[in-house]
Amino acid sequence: MLLYLRDDRFLSPAILLGVVVVLGIWMPSNFGYRVATLVWTSALACIGLNLLMGYAGQVSLGHAGFFGIGAYAVAVLPAKFSVNSWLSLIVGGIASGLLAYIVGTPILRLKGYYLAIVTLGLGILIAMVLNNEGWLTGGPDGIQVSRPTVFGWRVRGLEAWYWISGGVTVIGAWLAANVLASSTGRAMRALQDSETAAHVAGVNVAGVKLIAFVVSAVYASIAGSCFAFSAGLITPEKAGFLYSVELVTMVVIGGMGSILGSVVGAAVLTILPQLLASFQDYEQILLGLLMMVVMIFLRSGIVPSIASWVASWRR
Amino acid sequence: MAPVNLLEVEELAIGFGGVDAVDNVSFVIDRPQVFSIIGPNGAGKTTLFNVLSGLYRPSRGRVRLRGDDVTSLAPHRLAARGVSRTFQNLQNFSGMTVRENVMVGRHLLEQSGIVSQLLFLPSVSRENRATRAVADTILARVGLENYALRSANALPYGALKRLEIARALASEPILLLLDEPAAGCNAIETQELDQLVRSIADDGVGVILIEHDMKLVMKISDCVMVMDGGRTIASGSPQAVRRNPAVVAAYLGTHADHVGPNADG
Repeated sequence: MLLYLRDDRFLSPAILLGVVVVLGIWMPSNFGYRVATLVWTSALACIGLNLLMGYAGQVSLGHAGFFGIGAYAVAVLPAKFSVNSWLSLIVGGIASGLLAYIVGTPILRLKGYYLAIVTLGLGILIAMVLNNEGWLTGGPDGIQVSRPTVFGWRVRGLEAWYWISGGVTVIGAWLAANVLASSTGRAMRALQDSETAAHVAGVNVAGVKLIAFVVSAVYASIAGSCFAFSAGLITPEKAGFLYSVELVTMVVIGGMGSILGSVVGAAVLTILPQLLASFQDYEQILLGLLMMVVMIFLRSGIVPSIASWVASWRR
Repeated sequence: MAPVNLLEVEELAIGFGGVDAVDNVSFVIDRPQVFSIIGPNGAGKTTLFNVLSGLYRPSRGRVRLRGDDVTSLAPHRLAARGVSRTFQNLQNFSGMTVRENVMVGRHLLEQSGIVSQLLFLPSVSRENRATRAVADTILARVGLENYALRSANALPYGALKRLEIARALASEPILLLLDEPAAGCNAIETQELDQLVRSIADDGVGVILIEHDMKLVMKISDCVMVMDGGRTIASGSPQAVRRNPAVVAAYLGTHADHVGPNADG
């Protein structure tokens, strides 16, 4: 039954769309919109990363770097080179995809987790460039992002960015579900189970991993652009190693190989720190403990674990 | 046009740490047939399969498929040339349905690109339908049509063996390598397998069969090759091999008719 549901291309995007709409209408405060927008942007990056981690079986420890490229593209290109904001988003996405292609092509031919090491270095490198090239990026203090216009109307306000980032994330979930339902998605899931058998069955293993890596980089880049637009300010921190690890943690906690899991993981790791903020010094400890508890009791991640409970109750 | 041999293996060798697992093996399969390889465990049979399917690169020798040199091609490129195989230790995609397992075998015949897949254009939907239809036909052929939507990890052992064959058939191979398909199967399953393998060969696919079940081998093979210690010690028709003194001494023992090696792996 579970397998059958996973085949349904529309289930996850539809559930997500429902959540975005209901929250958007009933959101009690501006603060709520702000946090929810953060959740959607991280969720979008996680959906892409999950294609790589949960399906193609590779880990990227530098995805914040692609997030940073997308964010800085929409900050720097309009400000310094008078490029249209939406065009900048596309330029950022193409640049991230190209970079992933160039880095991934030699690395993904090798068996094993070499991609993790290489992306670790790549992410740190991108963050360093953003920090040090102050004339272009504003350095550690960050850079203002000018809000784009839609049909001559300048999009500002928390609510507007809630709807845009939420909408983009729903589209991202839909596109990912489409891929998973087609031959590339089947190949990804197959090589997760047995790389050898998939290879012999005719799957170009390196090629499929490369596709997953490039697509995931573009997702992170567009998520970064959305984040920068909604926040109005971007600092190199969001391109740094810690955020890369946070993205990986979101994917694992929410559930590898689950689109909704990526959203839940992003929500948990974005909202929990806000809830625990009143514990001040103990915030980090509590967060760490909670994550350990989740991984001990919901080993395959929140969404897949709950889904399998539901399935076993029905039986 | 001069007839081209289906498969030519020429002085093939591969070693691990100084030991040659396959040592100077040569054989020719001129046309589609059932070609069996027998021999005790460690004789190099599966290693030979791993070379023929591209998982290992040989240290010496050539492999020619329909006259083309395919030595050391990557597995997916060999699959595209028409080489397909099953595994002795099952290698099913346990997280996928039975039908999806077979659909993966069709991957190299699917054309749609990643952008049209992201948008799920009508062409992708058509391709999915076509692949599903072929997968269902093949599942019916191996007798698994009622399990199409089941998860692969819910199937019994014998069915998983047939699922591997179904997946291997999905790529429309010209050469099918079957690694101990009858191991662990009961008498009925073995008999069904016998008919299936025979029908595959009759359809014009070359089948190389590694098998310990001597009754099955002697019954369905057009040609048998005996390996021991990485070398070929005999080859020929089943009857000729059975009478070969070297084979009898090294492998089959005195009661060749009903005694196989009691090997299980």
